Amino acid sequence: MFDFSIVTKWFHSLLTGVMPEWAAIGIECFIVLLFIILLYAILAIALIYGERKICAFFQCRIGPNRVGKWGLLQVFADVFKMLTKEIIKMRQSDRFLHDMAPYFMLLASFLTFACIPWNKGLAILDFNIGVFFFIAVSGIGIVGILLAGWSSRSKYPMIGAMRSGAQLVSYELSIGMTMLTVILLNGTMQFSEIVQQQADFGWNIIRGHVPAIIAFIIYLIAGNAECNRGPFDLPEAESELTAGYHTEYSGMHFGFFYLAEYLNLFICGAMAATIFLGGWAPIYFPGWEGFNHVMSLIPGFIWFFAKAFFVVFLLMWIRWTFPRLRIDQLLSLEWKYLMPISMLNILLMALVVCFGLTL
Amino acid sequence: MEERNYIQGILHASKTLLVGLKTSIKIFFEHHETEQYPENRDTLIFSDRNRFCLEMPHNEKNQYKCIACGLCQMACPNDSIHITSEMVETEDGKKKKQLVKYEYNLGQCMFCNLCVTACPHDAIQFNQEFENAVFDKKKLILTLNHPGSTLAEKPRPVVTPKPLETLKTAE
Repeated sequence: MFDFSIVTKWFHSLLTGVMPEWAAIGIECFIVLLFIILLYAILAIALIYGERKICAFFQCRIGPNRVGKWGLLQVFADVFKMLTKEIIKMRQSDRFLHDMAPYFMLLASFLTFACIPWNKGLAILDFNIGVFFFIAVSGIGIVGILLAGWSSRSKYPMIGAMRSGAQLVSYELSIGMTMLTVILLNGTMQFSEIVQQQADFGWNIIRGHVPAIIAFIIYLIAGNAECNRGPFDLPEAESELTAGYHTEYSGMHFGFFYLAEYLNLFICGAMAATIFLGGWAPIYFPGWEGFNHVMSLIPGFIWFFAKAFFVVFLLMWIRWTFPRLRIDQLLSLEWKYLMPISMLNILLMALVVCFGLTL
Repeated sequence: MEERNYIQGILHASKTLLVGLKTSIKIFFEHHETEQYPENRDTLIFSDRNRFCLEMPHNEKNQYKCIACGLCQMACPNDSIHITSEMVETEDGKKKKQLVKYEYNLGQCMFCNLCVTACPHDAIQFNQEFENAVFDKKKLILTLNHPGSTLAEKPRPVVTPKPLETLKTAE
């Protein structure tokens, strides 16, 4: 597997050769920022197109197919429409917070985006408490949602934001618990280290067998809830709250919420791929030397994207199959079922690791 | 609803959720129902019971079956049909009503089919022509009888009075 840190180290030494260290780091930060924003845009386009097509296929339809070949330009048309729309300023709203809320959403998804290990040696933020950092910054998104609901000074956004707050705070617990399960298995909180172990000893979902599979399923459920997507989309339940917390937003401010929603979906999928499905680690079968050699020729980031989009497909499949839950059903699912099960699951994983029963 | 305990509830829920997932993934790979209209114009198939536009079928000799009785005009709930007729004298000296103009207002019609059921001679029917949009309202007033068309003469049924005795035996 190609180690991408060779390239980054070479680039760093190239820059420090001609300029002081602070300037080199400044330039590198700028390049990283460009990389994140570019990837963000490309992924958002791919995800929105994919969502519309997959949703259509699940509903026996064809989906967008008139703008460009197979409707590929549909998302661009939508974005240009959104860019030309006016950002309406409501008289009664708290304008400062109202304008700030979408940027909180973007900030949360950018920071969580930066935690993802794309390839071996290609991770933007990678340090020894990466999992904690990931959980912490993903919580900033809730602030954006609550601010949006509060500052709009309107009923629907307020109710949507309150529901969203209750939902996200609850389901963060399950996410944290499932991640703890993985930390127990791998003994580290550094994302690159977690993936490296999976490349060496096999994917977590196979290595941890039963508790890992339970954790993976709980992660999928809680991840869907974290992204405010169906069947847990009641913060923005169209039939009850028009659009939930972003009812009063228009133009590109609404667009930011929209982008952040899809990027959160990708982050959820990417994190599942990283901690359960081996991140950039290729698939290996012990004994099949030729097969393993061919698999290791495929670059790590392709493995990573394939796994992440596979999980995204699973999430979309769940979304377009099940009807929306009521708020009490939602909370009882979390507090009466997912939380106790994931706690027991941690115990099970601890026993498995303790007695060396990992595969 | 039968009572389920905690574990049974989880198992039952997982089972039913898996059934839902199975159903939706089956539909995912199935044929899509969408009709892509302007492209599929040649292969578009409608049910026979669709009612798009009233027409008066003419045979190959440009003859219709309408006898201008006006029952359809009377049956029409919102005056979409207007029949102009004249009295003519036939060869054998009888006076007879003849159709001059059968006007039908497509823009006003509500496609209730009452005129077709009222017609004693099956002279009118609804057809499958659905691309009826025009830019001028006046173009929606259609004349259904073709220019120069005439009434299709029915072969006059030969009425032979039955003898009285046969009727009696039938009884």
